[in-house]
Amino acid sequence: MSVMGIAATVATVLIAAAAVLAIVRLERGPSMLDRTIAFDVLTSTIVGAVAVEAAWSRRTESIPILVVLSLVGFIGSVAIARFAAVEPESERRIRTREEVAAENAAEIAALEAELEAQRRARRRGSVPPRPDDADGEGGAV
Amino acid sequence: MNLDDPDIWVAVADVAAAVFLLLGAFLTFSAGVGVVRFPNLLARMHAVTKPQVLGLILMLVGVALRLRSWPAVTMLALVVVFQLLTSPVAAHMVGRAGLRTRKVSPDELEVDDYTDKAD
Repeated sequence: MSVMGIAATVATVLIAAAAVLAIVRLERGPSMLDRTIAFDVLTSTIVGAVAVEAAWSRRTESIPILVVLSLVGFIGSVAIARFAAVEPESERRIRTREEVAAENAAEIAALEAELEAQRRARRRGSVPPRPDDADGEGGAV
Repeated sequence: MNLDDPDIWVAVADVAAAVFLLLGAFLTFSAGVGVVRFPNLLARMHAVTKPQVLGLILMLVGVALRLRSWPAVTMLALVVVFQLLTSPVAAHMVGRAGLRTRKVSPDELEVDDYTDKAD
């Protein structure tokens, strides 16, 4: 195995490890911007892999890919930083089944309380409370 | 050892290309480690810049030493120029978006030009 063969093998292993670590950060987040910079690392690893391949096989056809990648990575991170960086606090992570159920129950309870309040207000408006009606319910209609 | 022999210089260029490629790959790996292990957004951005500029230049110097043709070297220089133009802009956008969406605590900053404009 030539010097270049050994170097290309070691470099490929290092670059693959970097890509795996970048994907780990891409999955963990926690924010969109962390994923953006993890994606930058991923782009760098792709550029490095193409460069190693070009050096190992002495082919010049893959060099234009590097030009394209260096520009596409830029457009991606600028677009995310400009338009997708603002995210609601609740959308940072995927909620568990219990949390979703609890939130739905709370929403339904709030809706019912509002409906009940409206019903009482309507009743009070149509039948004025008698002086002896202490609780202000309006009495039976 | 005859220094006028072109084969020696081919071998030297190949070995130098291998060394440059290994250095660039190591910087890429260090960025991968940093982006996983560093605690906050700005520290991770610091790690990411290594393969974007120095790592890329080292690797492309390695490729140029290996290919040894002027058209390829020209295009590799173009890649480096593009990367030097675009990566500061991208990093600026990401850092500013992080500060605006409160992912960077202003207490941790030594110099804060964004919120200290009134001074």
